[in-house]
Formats: sequence, C-alpha cells, structure tokens
Amino acid sequence: MIKKFKPAIAAAAVSLAMLSQMAVAAEEQFFPMIDYRVGPYGSNGQSFYGGFIDYLNYVNIKEKGVNGVQMTYEECETEYNTSKGVECYERLKSKAAKSAGPIHTMSTGISYALIDKSAQDKLPLAMMGYGRTDAVDGSVFPYAFPLVTTYQMQASAIIKFLKDKNGGSLAGKKIVYLYHDSAYGKEAIIAMNAEAGLNKFTVVQIPVAHPGNEQGAQWLKIRQERPDYVVFWGWGVMNQTALKAAQKVGFPRDKMIGSWWTGSEEDVIPAGEAAKGYMAATWNVAGKQVPVITDIEKVVYGAGKGNMEDKSKIGTILYNRGVSAAVLSVEAIRKGQEKFGKGKALNGEQTRWALENLNITEARLKAIGATDLLPEIKTSCANHEGSGKVKIQQWDGAKWVPVSGWIEGNKSLIHPLFQASAKQYAAEKGITPRDCSKEK
Amino acid sequence: MLYREAGQFKTTYAADQQVFPIRQDRIGIIALLVVAFVGVPLFASEYWFSAILIPFLIFALAALGLNVLTGYAGQLSLGSAAFMAVGAYAAYNFQLRVEGIPILVSFICAGLTAAGVGILFGLPSLRIKGFYLAVATLAAQFFIVWCLTKFPWLSNNSSSGVISTQRLIIFGYELTTPVEKYLLVLSIVVVLAMAAKNLVRSATGRAWMAVRDMDVAASVIGIKLMPTKLLAFAVSSFYCGVAGALYAFCYLGSVEPDGFSLDMSFKILFMIIIGGVGSIMGSFLGAAFILLLPIFLDVALPFVADLFGLPFSSATVSHIQITVFGALIMFFLIVEPHGLARLWQIAKEKLRLWPFPH
Repeated sequence: MIKKFKPAIAAAAVSLAMLSQMAVAAEEQFFPMIDYRVGPYGSNGQSFYGGFIDYLNYVNIKEKGVNGVQMTYEECETEYNTSKGVECYERLKSKAAKSAGPIHTMSTGISYALIDKSAQDKLPLAMMGYGRTDAVDGSVFPYAFPLVTTYQMQASAIIKFLKDKNGGSLAGKKIVYLYHDSAYGKEAIIAMNAEAGLNKFTVVQIPVAHPGNEQGAQWLKIRQERPDYVVFWGWGVMNQTALKAAQKVGFPRDKMIGSWWTGSEEDVIPAGEAAKGYMAATWNVAGKQVPVITDIEKVVYGAGKGNMEDKSKIGTILYNRGVSAAVLSVEAIRKGQEKFGKGKALNGEQTRWALENLNITEARLKAIGATDLLPEIKTSCANHEGSGKVKIQQWDGAKWVPVSGWIEGNKSLIHPLFQASAKQYAAEKGITPRDCSKEK
Repeated sequence: MLYREAGQFKTTYAADQQVFPIRQDRIGIIALLVVAFVGVPLFASEYWFSAILIPFLIFALAALGLNVLTGYAGQLSLGSAAFMAVGAYAAYNFQLRVEGIPILVSFICAGLTAAGVGILFGLPSLRIKGFYLAVATLAAQFFIVWCLTKFPWLSNNSSSGVISTQRLIIFGYELTTPVEKYLLVLSIVVVLAMAAKNLVRSATGRAWMAVRDMDVAASVIGIKLMPTKLLAFAVSSFYCGVAGALYAFCYLGSVEPDGFSLDMSFKILFMIIIGGVGSIMGSFLGAAFILLLPIFLDVALPFVADLFGLPFSSATVSHIQITVFGALIMFFLIVEPHGLARLWQIAKEKLRLWPFPH
C-alpha cells in the first residue's frame, strides 16, 4: 500500500524544489495561465494563449512593464479537461498568493468548477465570452467576471441586428435556433425565447448532438420549417459541417448567423465555398490592420520572443481575441496600480477591485492601438459584464469583414434574467449578496 | 524475516476467517489508516488535498465499483462514468427536493438510484457476453448523458445544464476546507472498501467468481445466473454512484453531464486493468497510477528540462507526458499483465523468504 504514494512523494519533492526556485519577486505581476495547447481544442488554445502571452511580452518590451512592473506568467496545460484544470489551479494558486492577474481558462467546465474556489482564495476569474453568465451580477459573484459580453446578450444583439435589417420589426418571422446540445448551446435559449416573446417572432429549437459531424436530419427539418434565419450556436467540427449541410439543402448562408465560437478562420476555411456569405458575431475584428497587432509582430517577434510557432496565425480571430483578453487584463493592472500604488504588483483582491472598476474608453483603446479589438468597457459591482456589445462579421471567402458597428443586446430584457438566476444561486449556496451601492 | 507468518496459529474459526489473517498485514493496514486519517491531515498542503488525494480516493472508489463488476463477476462495462453521473445528479436532486435530508443519506440514495439504473442496463447481460455486453453498456454511457442534457428537470432547469452542488452539512457542521472534505471522502471510501473486501469473500463473491470463470458450470452447481449478475451490476453501480456524488460534492463543486464522458469510463477501466482485475487493492493502485503519474510527469518534466537547459514549452511537456504515460502502460502490461496488485503479491511472497530464499 505504501507503493501508491511513491510517485506522489517524488512529485511533492520536485514541486517544492520548483517553488523555491521560481519565487515571484515583488515587482513582477504574475499571471496564472490555466491554458491548453493540446487535446481536441488545442489549436484554438494555441492561437488564443499565443496572442495573450505575446501581448504581455509586448508590454514588457515596449513599456518595460506597467509602471516598471514586469508581467510574468506560468502555464499549466489542461487539455480542456475539468479535473486537470482544477489540478492546475491548485498548483498555481500558491504562486498567485502575492500577485495575481485575472485567470482565463477558456473553458466553461473549468470556470464553473473554479467559481467557488476562486472566491474562497480571493483570485479573480475572468470568463470572456464563456462561463457562468449570471456572474454578471457582481453582488453574488465578487470574483467572477464574464467580461465584454455573454451568450444571452450576444443572442439578443444578433436579434437586434436582424431586426434592423428587416426595417425594425421581426413580427411573424421564423428563426431556427440550431445549437450544440450542451451547456454552451443551451445558455442562449432563454434569451431567444425572451426576445421571441418581445418581438413576436417564432423560434424553432433544433439541437445537434456532440460532436455534430452528421446534421442531415437537422437540415431536413430546417428545410421543412422554411425559416427566415438560422441562428447558429456551434462548436468545433459542427461548424463546418453545418455550413456544408446548408449548402446541400440550399439554405442561403447569408441568412445564417453564428455565435463567436463559430466565427473563426478554423470554422469556415474547411467548409470552402460553402462558407461564403456566412455571418458570425464577434467582439474583436480579425486581421493585422489593427495597429497593436502589427506592432506586436514588429516588437515581440522582432526581438525573437514571439510565442506563436505558426506565425501565419497572427491576426486570426482567435489570436486577436487572445490579445484583446490580455489588453483587458493589463488595463485592469494599470487601473489597480492607480489606486494601490504605481510600480507595485497587485494581489488577487486588488486585481478584483480593478476589474470591477474598469473604464476603457474608445480614446484609451485608440491610444494603445486596440481600436476594434474591444468595445468600450465600463464595469461595476452590479455589472461585471461591462459592455454587452458585439459586431457582426461576414466571411467573404478569404477573410472576415465586419458588416456592422457595435450592437448592444437588450440589457433591460436580459440582465433581469441574470439577476434572478444569481439570486437563486445565492439562496442555494447560502451567500449573502454584497450591497453594490456601498462598494467603492 | 519481518514478514513471516511462522508462529501465528489460528485457534478459532473466527481467526481463520478474518479479512487479514497475517498479523503483519493487520498492523500494516492499521498503520496505513492512521497515516491517512491523522498523519496526512497534519502534514499535507491544500494542493495535495484538492488536487491529488480527493480525486485519487474518488476514482479509487469508482474503480472499485467497476472491479466488482468486471474483475469479480466478469461482466465488461464501459458505462462507469455514466453511473457516476447518475449518482452526482441524484445526490443533487435529493438535496434539492427533499426538505432537510442529511447529506450522507442523499449520498446513499444516490448510490441506490445508480444501482437501480445499473440493474436496468445490466439486463442485457443475461443474454449477451463479453464484447457484446461492452457495447450494451456503452449504450448506457451515451443514453444517460443524453438524458441528463435532455430533461432540464434533472438539473433544476439550469439554463446551461450545469449543476452547482449544495453545501456539505453533517450534523449541523458545514464542511468547507479541503481537509474536512478529504476526511469525509476517506471515511466513506474506507467503509465501502471494507464492505467490498468482505463481500467478495462471501457466498455472493464466490458466486460472482464462479459466473466469471464459466457461467454454464456455475448454473449447473446451482447458482442462479440472473440474480447473481444483476446483483453485481447493482453493487458496482452503487459504488460508482457514490463516487459520482463525491466527485460532484467534494471535488469539483459543479458538474455538467458532458464531464462524465466516455473518456472517463475508459480511464476507470484502465485503472483496474493497470491496477489488477479482480483485486480490491488493485483498484487503489490503478487509480494512483493513472491519476498521479501524469501530474508527476507534468511537474517533473519542466524541472528536468530546466536542468539540462532544454527549451520545453508547455505543449511539448504535454506531448512528452502522454507518450511516456502510454509507454509505461505498455511496459507494465507486458511485464505484469495481472496488474500492480500482482506485483505487490509477488513482492510479499519474496518477502516471506527474505533474507534466505531457497
């Protein structure tokens, strides 16, 4: 029986040795990177975290850090697996005790598992475009931040886009909601139904079982239903399959609008010609025309410190999204230093305050060269989302082209849904919500 | 010299029938329990509890459940993760819907619910065997996960299908720290492991083994196949169900149906193959091997790379980790096809002769 502990004891010895070797110095801002680069979604992770790390290095090289504080990080591979993610979190936690940037896991499962833990350990958890959406209500979830926008607000924004396209009314129209039959796909249903009630259109829900590489039956149904639009919540291989299937049944691609996990180059290029005209929501544009992306390539890759092995992916949707997440995180560090002392690293509690008091204006985005990478963001205790805006982009066969300005979802319709859900959570868990009016 | 049973005379039937007939084994197991209950909580860090010890114990319990079914009763199953899911969701729903139910009672009810579902999916085992049965249990794996996604009632109409578990309150005391959760999991696992150890050496266990070795012969000597096989499914699913409830309540805190994937079922199956099919201890050894080795490699590889100045990125480490892990599994299966438990047994036999082997 002693035997089973042997490797464990050795692991402990090694990890102890590592801890003492790489102790975080005072003027370094540590980012625990619970990321993934291998496994089923590894290529997505490579682009996203590549962009994230590139921007951290960019800040280090270009400005010598934030007010002299260098950005450091340590990666831990999760393979998009929840229990591995928890292990990684526990491993990096002790290092993040002194200074901690926001944690980005890029996985709904892992973020759900970390929500309670991170609040207990006072580490801020960022969930940009995924994760537990009712964490928008910061009074119940002080340490969780579904930043920029959520699935429900996104669905609402897509409906608004369609409404504007149809002269301000969707009455009597029929919209198919085609979704990945999982937690991710189901999140937006509640918003679709609420919008349908308000705008008097009908929603037909059609689920696709994971992984979704066979959608014959679903598209047959769509053909029978003859919808005006298909709103599409796909994931992974399901996306390209849907586009090909739509072509086969002759459904026009420019009447299909996807969520932001269906709108990357990886989703449309394999579908070839079938993807042309397809639209998807996003909060960041693709391409290298964004000044900060060009500058990263020049400064970071010029210095030989680039993180991407495949440089052709620089400027793709997911790479830019990684940069946008890093911009947001670094801006939070900047904000926090204004309050807690310039040139000092922030601990988890201080970063949490900063994330809750973000105010990134269009002018500020322009100053860092990140125009169109992010909408304007202003967070507060009651609103951990900060924006709720997306752009709609269209695939022209070679690249993504934005076809709209920033569109905001219907906050007065969607946010009460979050508050109700957060309230239920608080009751189940015995949490006393903070009083947001007293927060400063 | 130390491990020798010479001079230990059994003078009563009770002494002859005890679980650990050799005195050294008894001392060993007591020492181990003392270490687990007292020593570990005193010295281990939070990381050890939340990331290593708790999942190890939970998966050992699930592996134990599968071992009862596959190792002792000879019915191959690929649905262990699904039965864990049943346990997790059942425990959640009992807590949610039955006013004031104690958490331990809802764990037991979760186990019983899983046992019921297990019996249902065990029915095909009366007609089909071996790989065909594996396919039938595969149906359980997919059906249960689909079912949990399909019916929102099961996840209390959560918009995403994810459930967040309730608080752990035992006799008015709330368990919050990892140490407390560890002790709870450990107590449950110890009790259930003892029960399993006793069960497999009872008449029931002998009937299972008879069915495993040759079911026609078993029925000829008067063992009723149907109750025997279904009981194996029930007991196995009960263990998996309790493990699933612990997985949700004591380890992750929130679970989604997709988390209980086929991968997890395979992982549990590998645990018993590596650890030892038909061995209680093998379940623990296998769980330790499958869970701890990747973590160990994950921590050790960058350290080694640093030492030699190799430029390892975290992706490379992951790739090497998977390769080394796979190679080690093959190595163990070639060197000792009966698993780690068998290695332990060989070691014990050698120890009896040490230091004067003949």
